[in-house]
Amino acid sequence: MDRMPGWADALLVPLISLLVAFAISSLVILAIGENPWEAMKLMVTGALGSSYGWGYTLYYATNFIFTGLAVSVAFHAGLFNIGGEGQATLGGLGVALACLFVPWPHWSLALIGAAAMGAAFGALWAALPAWLQARRGSHIVITTIMFNFIAASLLNYVLVNVLRPTGSMDPATARFPAGTNLPGIGDMLTAIGIPFARTTPANISLFVAIGACILVWALIWRTRLGYEIRAFGKSEKAAVYAGISPVRITMLAMLISGALAGLMAINNVMGEAERLVLNSVEGAGFIGIAVALMGRSHPFGVLLAALLFGFLYQGGAELALWTSIPRELITVIQALVILFTGALDNMVRQPVEALFLRARKGAK
Amino acid sequence: MDLPTLLQILDSMIRLGAPLLLACLAGLFSERAGIFDIGLEGKMLSAAFLSAAVAFVTGSVWLGVLAGLVAALMMSAIHGLASITFRGNQLISGVAINFLASGLTVLLGQYWFALGGRTPSLEGAARFMPITLPFARELREVPVIGPIYYELISGHTALVYVAFALVPLSWWLLYRTRFGLRLRAVGENPAAVDTAGVSVVGIRYAAVAICGLLTGLAGAYLACGLSAGFVKEMTAGRGYIALAALIFAKWRPWQALGATMLFGLLEAVANRYQSLNLWGVPLPVQFMQALPYILTVIILAGFVGKAIPPRAGGQPYVKER
Amino acid sequence: MAERQAQGRPEAAALPPAIELRGISKAFGPVQANRDISVRVARGTIHGIVGENGAGKSTLMSILYGFYRADSGEILIGGKPTAIPDSQSAIRAGIGMVFQHFKLVPNFTVLENVILGAEDGPRLRPALAKARRELTRLAEDYELDVDPDALVEDLSVGHQQRVEILKALYRQADILILDEPTGVLTPAEADHLFRILGGLKQQGKTIILITHKLREIMEITDEVSVMRRGEMVATVRTAQTSPEALAELMVGRKVLLRVDKAPAAPGRTVLEVEDLRVRDAHGVERLKGVSLAVRAGEILGIAGVAGNGQSELLEVLGGIARGTGHVRLNGTELDLSGRGCNGRARRAAGIAHVPEDRQHLGLILDFAAWENVAFGYQDAPEYRSGRFFMDNEALRTDCEGKMARFDVRPPIASLEGKSFSGGNQQKLIVAREIERNPDLLLIGQPTRGVDIGAIEFIHKQIVALRDAGKAILLVSVELDEILSLSDRIAVMFDGRIMGLRDPAATNERELGLLMAGVDDTRGAA
Repeated sequence: MDRMPGWADALLVPLISLLVAFAISSLVILAIGENPWEAMKLMVTGALGSSYGWGYTLYYATNFIFTGLAVSVAFHAGLFNIGGEGQATLGGLGVALACLFVPWPHWSLALIGAAAMGAAFGALWAALPAWLQARRGSHIVITTIMFNFIAASLLNYVLVNVLRPTGSMDPATARFPAGTNLPGIGDMLTAIGIPFARTTPANISLFVAIGACILVWALIWRTRLGYEIRAFGKSEKAAVYAGISPVRITMLAMLISGALAGLMAINNVMGEAERLVLNSVEGAGFIGIAVALMGRSHPFGVLLAALLFGFLYQGGAELALWTSIPRELITVIQALVILFTGALDNMVRQPVEALFLRARKGAK
Repeated sequence: MDLPTLLQILDSMIRLGAPLLLACLAGLFSERAGIFDIGLEGKMLSAAFLSAAVAFVTGSVWLGVLAGLVAALMMSAIHGLASITFRGNQLISGVAINFLASGLTVLLGQYWFALGGRTPSLEGAARFMPITLPFARELREVPVIGPIYYELISGHTALVYVAFALVPLSWWLLYRTRFGLRLRAVGENPAAVDTAGVSVVGIRYAAVAICGLLTGLAGAYLACGLSAGFVKEMTAGRGYIALAALIFAKWRPWQALGATMLFGLLEAVANRYQSLNLWGVPLPVQFMQALPYILTVIILAGFVGKAIPPRAGGQPYVKER
Repeated sequence: MAERQAQGRPEAAALPPAIELRGISKAFGPVQANRDISVRVARGTIHGIVGENGAGKSTLMSILYGFYRADSGEILIGGKPTAIPDSQSAIRAGIGMVFQHFKLVPNFTVLENVILGAEDGPRLRPALAKARRELTRLAEDYELDVDPDALVEDLSVGHQQRVEILKALYRQADILILDEPTGVLTPAEADHLFRILGGLKQQGKTIILITHKLREIMEITDEVSVMRRGEMVATVRTAQTSPEALAELMVGRKVLLRVDKAPAAPGRTVLEVEDLRVRDAHGVERLKGVSLAVRAGEILGIAGVAGNGQSELLEVLGGIARGTGHVRLNGTELDLSGRGCNGRARRAAGIAHVPEDRQHLGLILDFAAWENVAFGYQDAPEYRSGRFFMDNEALRTDCEGKMARFDVRPPIASLEGKSFSGGNQQKLIVAREIERNPDLLLIGQPTRGVDIGAIEFIHKQIVALRDAGKAILLVSVELDEILSLSDRIAVMFDGRIMGLRDPAATNERELGLLMAGVDDTRGAA
């Protein structure tokens, strides 16, 4: 075998890519006149130094698990879904409708109802690009990006003209009724005797996200649909030979992907804001791309990568608060992670592979 | 609609279509050589930022343009490295470039100017000024031709004329020169170029560099011609729209002119009529804003003819027996 | 060119060989593709290189054309040691290469393809004019006429090959290497090619012909070198050898060219095809009204040059492509264009399919062997656990069984598809399809890129399935394979069946004419 062991492929290469991305980010911080070491310390204390910081880190991580899984499922089918942003936006609309117009007797029922609506709306927003790809061969990358823009306009219209309470100047819905408010992680931990800040937005959606990881893992590696999705993703021609319908798989994979992205809204809209505002997704759909690439499209990897980005996001917010480094630093880090774990993968992989080969030759 | 209104709309079509045209031609060179470039957006954005920043600091728009070219070329270099040298996924590389530009422009903008990611407004020689063509004033009073010449053809900034001149130039370069022959061949069958003893890598890097130069011009025009300074995310999806126009144009220069002007016209109409009444149905402003994106989807859906992309597009070249 | 030779080589008697290789070795990882190869090719001769798939012929030629660099050894061109680090150097040294898969730009004209890389200046116009003159001259000299303004994609395969030769000659090549040039040609086109090569030899060009077809070697070469497992085992004068001797040298033992099989006992009709038509993505009709029948317990072999509709026939029967007409399996009409035209429905109806393109259709190279065992049969009840889940344990067990029964090596179910050799990949696919016990087996190019040992094994399996009373439709471009396996032979040309023949009562010559579209009983088609 002229290949390197599995653990190096799954862990070592992404780790090195990550280090390179961080090293370059440090240079960027240096270039704008700040101290990367101090910045790093600030990020660690801000994001992980207190239960308050952890609460925010976990809240962001929850978002990224959903969008990361969304991108991963599409990746397995060989599809690049950049539309997580728009799908999560629409998911927010679905969640808002469920919360505003149904008198839920208990938050647990509200969660189920809102999750179903969020997933349905997200799936709906992925359906048309999926259909255009499957039937008309329209490039899904560009159509999903366009659907992000269209989603923003649509939400703007709905919030300004339809859902805005009379008299309010704010393009946002009314507050959701108290019966839909989800229990926070802080409340839950405090209830069982673990002290945890109660004012953080981390909420029970985190467990839904972890559940989604397990379900996606089972879907991809244990079910017939997962088998067909992976086969189609590896080779469309071969899939057709095996009687797998490209249209069906493209549609199903994108519907699942969109549903996962839409599901994110139970965290940010229902769990945190408790109303729907403009731009509630805050780029989480895009971060899902970096998370999926880093996590090698494996749900466990996605979980780890989402935690990392949760940390970066919260740490970045702290940085913006205490230094002159704007939050866009996270966008840069995100870009570098996508670049090095995705597009420049071979740049890191080839030397590592060569090193392993040499080591093996030496051992012989 | 009277002639002055029509001329105004067409005039703004030209102004709004020019950056799309530049970006579309940029994509044309890259994709004709087999390198998909979803990162047009990011290259334009970085060029817009750096050109505005340098134009403000130096007070010279031309130095600004130069800086814009450098910015876009650096992004191109990353794309080339990822998709040509390291045979990475060209889509992912483009996406990374878009995020990189989106983050870096604000980061540096905030560091240099502390205006929340904007650059200060450009004035005087730091901006492109309209050029009045010879005899425009004198001919103004001639019926029909006079206003068309004065309003529509004359009075644009330099880069608009450059953009239009680049259409025949691109055509000539692609179809009448050795470089163009090799570039088109590399996008269709790189093995044919390789076995003929010509470097596939060299041609592809050249194409990616041209793409950088043209997106650089597009970005500089956005910040220093169309607007008076850089604003966060000011490209607003123009890179993607240019890609849709490229598909619509079936990867050919003259058709690219037509496709981008169509998008320019759409934007001009949307700007002029903020809310439009169509057969009694009021169209909301948000719909007008989303119109270019919706049209992009419609074009991609192939309802306006099937387009066949360059055969080797998107695939890294690996030598084989 | 004649002047150049004369100037460079004053003593005609002591002419150095056109090419001499000394001790060339090349390894890819642990695989030694070429081992210490030395050979001399005399100027103005046609030199054949024969060997099995994977014997190292293509690697050797790629080294000569600058695609790979040899690990060790020396190349001498016209007696001078020459380094060939890239194709550019090879071209400069006067070497031209005609690849098996043409290196042409399909939507360029012939002229544009010819000048590509040899434009002599930044503007195209002068080069195009020069190439036009040059092509006219070459057409007269060597029967190499092609329309200079035609798009290459509109040309026949034979004409595309001429463009490749013209490219080399336009670059003033003295040494021409052709890699399996006749694989895609009809016998008539091949004869034309040989006349062209003969003409080139007359003009003092040196030609290296790589092939695995011994008939061609005997017909046209002056000398022949035999390669086996990366080594050059012999170089002999063609006049002093025989096909049998060469075959033995290639394989290293005596080969059994015939398959042992009892006469067929055909039963009821399993497959009936009537007026079947298929169009490709560009709207070109590829199958132009094919009718045929296959009975239980017989092998119907489809002979023909690649690209005459055989692939489309397999694809439409396998549910991959769509068509019109009538196909009945055991009397039941199959859906040829609706929703029921897919691989899943075909398998359910009792059709198994070993596809021609093993690597791109038959397997997912990144899937483990045990996952590939279910490929196409992912719906099968024995592989499932409940409505949605797959029974991965059952898959592994089944895979291990198949590996043992079909001698797949290495017998490791968790190994990825791409880690197996071509022959073992094919055995895995054949095991998967045959063990479903289908009523009809479609099998395309069963032994392409497969080593001799596996060929015998696969042939035996096909015959055993026939003897179990199943119908088999075999497509192969290897006439030997068709002749030795088939119970009846149908010859395809240009999307039609040219005729049916009894293998015992026909020969390669008759089949060859049919394959070229000539029916000697009825005149030209």
